[in-house]
Amino acid sequence: MALSPTPAPPPASDPVLELRGINKSFGAVHVLRDVDLSVYEGQVTALVGDNGAGKSTLVKCIGGIHTADSGEYFFDGAPVTVNSPRDASDLGVEIVYQDLALCDNLDIVQNMFLGRERRRGWVLDEDSMEQIAEETLAGLSVRTVTSIRQRVSSLSGGQRQTVAIAKAVLWNSKVVVLDEPTAALGVSQTAQVLELVRRLADNGLAVVLISHNMNDVFAVADRIAVLYLGRTAAQVSTSEITHSQIVELITSGQTEALGPGAGRNGVNR
Amino acid sequence: MTTTTNAPPPMPATTSGAHARALPRRVATAVGAQNTSLIGALIVVVGTFAWLDDGYLTTANMTVIGDTVAVTGLLAVVQTVVIICGALDISVGSQAGIASVVSAMAFTSTDGNAALGILAAIGVGIAAGVVNGVVIVYGRVNPVIATLATLAAYKGVAQLLAGGRAQGYVLGDDFFIFVARGKILGLSVQIWTLFVVAVAVHILLKYTDIGRNIYAIGGNDTAARLAGININKYLVAVYALAGVVAAIAGVILTARTGSGQPTSGSEGLELKAITAAALGGCALKGGKGGIGGTLLAVFLLGALENGLNVVGVNSFWQNVAQGALLVVAVVIQQRRNGERAVGLPT
Repeated sequence: MALSPTPAPPPASDPVLELRGINKSFGAVHVLRDVDLSVYEGQVTALVGDNGAGKSTLVKCIGGIHTADSGEYFFDGAPVTVNSPRDASDLGVEIVYQDLALCDNLDIVQNMFLGRERRRGWVLDEDSMEQIAEETLAGLSVRTVTSIRQRVSSLSGGQRQTVAIAKAVLWNSKVVVLDEPTAALGVSQTAQVLELVRRLADNGLAVVLISHNMNDVFAVADRIAVLYLGRTAAQVSTSEITHSQIVELITSGQTEALGPGAGRNGVNR
Repeated sequence: MTTTTNAPPPMPATTSGAHARALPRRVATAVGAQNTSLIGALIVVVGTFAWLDDGYLTTANMTVIGDTVAVTGLLAVVQTVVIICGALDISVGSQAGIASVVSAMAFTSTDGNAALGILAAIGVGIAAGVVNGVVIVYGRVNPVIATLATLAAYKGVAQLLAGGRAQGYVLGDDFFIFVARGKILGLSVQIWTLFVVAVAVHILLKYTDIGRNIYAIGGNDTAARLAGININKYLVAVYALAGVVAAIAGVILTARTGSGQPTSGSEGLELKAITAAALGGCALKGGKGGIGGTLLAVFLLGALENGLNVVGVNSFWQNVAQGALLVVAVVIQQRRNGERAVGLPT
């Protein structure tokens, strides 16, 4: 199981997933320019940036929906090629998309195993799927869902998000990327989801959290990566930076406190 | 009961009462609200016509109903699968027509080899289905338009092949006679064919990952694609399955009439198949439906059509009734989904 409770890992020294010098263009539009990103086990890495900064494109490169034009993709220190969503999930990289990609007409168990159903012979093995789904949700301390045989259409926004996240961690995944998980949620549901995000990292996963909400970012993130117009503006520890500096990095690509030229070369600490 | 002193304590009484109430409710949940109302409608229809005409509820007439619904039922079962994917196949009737002609012609030209006749029909069915699927998926043609086009085209092909008239004569062959008139355990071979196909498709839909993925494609095709399901392969395969089952229906038509029929017998079947699927609880936008509901709806339509014949209602009115029923079925469905009346329906 991906979620056997492990003691909080020591501050990771080597990133589990690392991107170096990623470039991606769509026609004449150069969306990503030499982007670097490091993601560590047991940590929440927030990926922030203004609209159009390239966050979604970067996520799609991580998830194998887009292939980068140039640049290197390292997983556990080894260079890999990721050309399809299957490649990414084979590595243990799962993406939770903003629109969640859940089937409303199916129940929670069916959604969690979608496309990777367990079979006994050629018949679906409902019992074992139900059991694993239940264990996974329990491992995430999810108590908001009353029945795992409930249709997803009957769930609230926060519960849907929870199911999508549980689906992503079901597969012995090592890296989970969450695209704006709290964008459509109310206050208490946001708190629940953020708690869940923190718990994922505490369970030893590497979490990438994309968010527009600085409160969310400072609440759960260990590190923050800032994209500005398709470049890495900074990658810093949350403890080394303030709210207003991050906002400055997002809006102008540089901040006084981190030294001039931060936008051009990127700051890595 | 007899003594008042030994009255049972109230607790067990209430629990057993709750139990007695829970059982019907559990049965009702297993059958589903949709199917319960279909069973109710079936009882009302059969009851009404049995009251109107003494000949209606006889074994002979029930057999007639059974044989009539066999072909419609086959097409409705496979239409259910297509609709669950979120698509539609209007061309099933024409496919059955081609298959009917081809089976009879292949039978005649191979000097009476029934197996080859049936294989040829099934081969043609697969080809017709794959063409539908490829036109829809790779030609990016809306399923309604694509199969409306092939409805006409396949009918033309069947008429060209047959030269516009019935082809071959198959009722000298034991197998075709068996299909046309044979009985197993008191039920006709045609009904057994429907039963076997329906059970097979039901198992496919409910107990295999293929079926699960078909529901997923109809529910949210983006999610299905992101989950690694090859949607294109599935859609083409589902249309091919529709072709195969339509071919089986075509062979039954051939056996029933004794010769390959390009249009008579297969025209209008698409409307019945779609009506049955919609009435049986298939959501036309996909992702919802099942074989049980469709079969109940098939029998309901069969009982209704036969009843209207028995009491002598003009067959023109029956067409009106059938069209109205399809509209009513979909209206009820949309109301139940809480669809708002704004713009074009989804």
